[in-house]
Amino acid sequence: MPDFIAQWLNQNEIFTAMTIMEYWNGLVNTVQLVFLSLVIGLVFAIPLAILRTSKNPLVSGPVWLYTYLFRGTPLLIQLYIIYYGIAQIPGIQDTFWWEIFREPFYPALLAFALNTCAYTTEIIRGAIVSTPAGEIEAAKAYGMNWWLRMRRIVLPSAARRAVQAYSNEVIFMLHSSAIASVVTIVDLTGAARNIYSRFYAPFDAFIFVALIYMVLTFILVFAFRKLENHLLRHQRPVGS
Amino acid sequence: MKKLIVAASCALAMAAGTVQAKDWKEIRLAFDVPYEPFEYRDENGELTGFEVELAEAMCEELKAECEFVIQAWDGMIPGLLARKYDAIFSSMSITEERAERVLFSDPYYITPGGWFARDGFSADVTSKEEMEGKTIGVQRGTTMDTHATEEFGGIATIKRYTTAEDMVLDLEGQRLDVVFVDYPVGEQTILSQEGFKEVGEPVKLGQGVAVAMRKRDKDLANKVNAALKKLKNDGTYDAIMKKYFSYDIKI
Repeated sequence: MPDFIAQWLNQNEIFTAMTIMEYWNGLVNTVQLVFLSLVIGLVFAIPLAILRTSKNPLVSGPVWLYTYLFRGTPLLIQLYIIYYGIAQIPGIQDTFWWEIFREPFYPALLAFALNTCAYTTEIIRGAIVSTPAGEIEAAKAYGMNWWLRMRRIVLPSAARRAVQAYSNEVIFMLHSSAIASVVTIVDLTGAARNIYSRFYAPFDAFIFVALIYMVLTFILVFAFRKLENHLLRHQRPVGS
Repeated sequence: MKKLIVAASCALAMAAGTVQAKDWKEIRLAFDVPYEPFEYRDENGELTGFEVELAEAMCEELKAECEFVIQAWDGMIPGLLARKYDAIFSSMSITEERAERVLFSDPYYITPGGWFARDGFSADVTSKEEMEGKTIGVQRGTTMDTHATEEFGGIATIKRYTTAEDMVLDLEGQRLDVVFVDYPVGEQTILSQEGFKEVGEPVKLGQGVAVAMRKRDKDLANKVNAALKKLKNDGTYDAIMKKYFSYDIKI
């Protein structure tokens, strides 16, 4: 650590090396939790979105029910039900599942992944449904089968339409992750709450953490802009 | 326009002046409910408890109209500083960090922190070796939190909760090995259920619990101190204490 930073930290009551480390650990937890739940959510959302567009109600119905349940209830409630609910199942403490669900990280990951997966499923489904009929007809005219059509035409085209809405979902997920601190995970918000309650300095503790969230959001916005530019490069005027 | 601003600021200054010269005939007191047996609602929904009765006796002594405000613990001191109420009468232990923000009266009670666990817990809660790797639950920002962090930080895992209910749920659910909580709260919420026991000795922490006021309100603090002293000496305090406790918490 450079000397002048160390010096400034020494003169500061609240932002000592110890609290900075607490924020850092919180940042690591938040990033892990959000990143993993988004990856899991996206991986499951793509097949679910395809099932959701099926004309057979036995296939699309269950997916509809799932997205309806998880979009229809607050994430905080889902987290409470999963975290405290699992511990109430009789005998769970004696099974190997308890090794996983004893720690608050996995119940939170499960709740977040299920939640973001439901939203992402609907985003992708919307993009798939709005694929121009001409593109599909052209693909059929080329003799592509369903799988090839999905892989080469429908999904890439849907990805372009979904990416803007999905970037919102990613940012919402980052901000929703703040509730992880209610189940004793020391994420960014949890670290801020601990520091706030130790020094009784709400402004310092929470404004600092708000700035970290803003920087994270900025990084996400920047990354998604790059991704959009890449995906939509065919729409740019020739020669630009 | 300028004149209007000047006039408005004069009016404001005068209004502020009248607030300054308060004679404390109306006092707003803040409680965090429920925190049995200190402040909670009885079956009729009426606010009651040791501190509530003590506060009522104090207000009578001061000949003041008291208004009781319900405030969650997390925002207790900010609410006081934002003038949502004039004093905190809600089991706030005296600490140095808090004393930098608020003005404390003389302490009016002290309760120890107690260790509670499920039956079958056998480690010695004063031994660093035996507590290694254990998971301890505390309420965030309490003196028990500070004590557990100083003693076992880095040795045991310390989990911080906002409410005692959440903490007790996790003790039942076996996510916590032991909790370190205000003794009366543990007695009421944990020992009253089957399968739990007290471990080790209760630990007396800190300098006791006092009324917290804004730093500028020294006149109010003097009045509160005088009233509390009278109640402690004339038997009123003891009578209220006997209603709620089987042991002595007087300081």
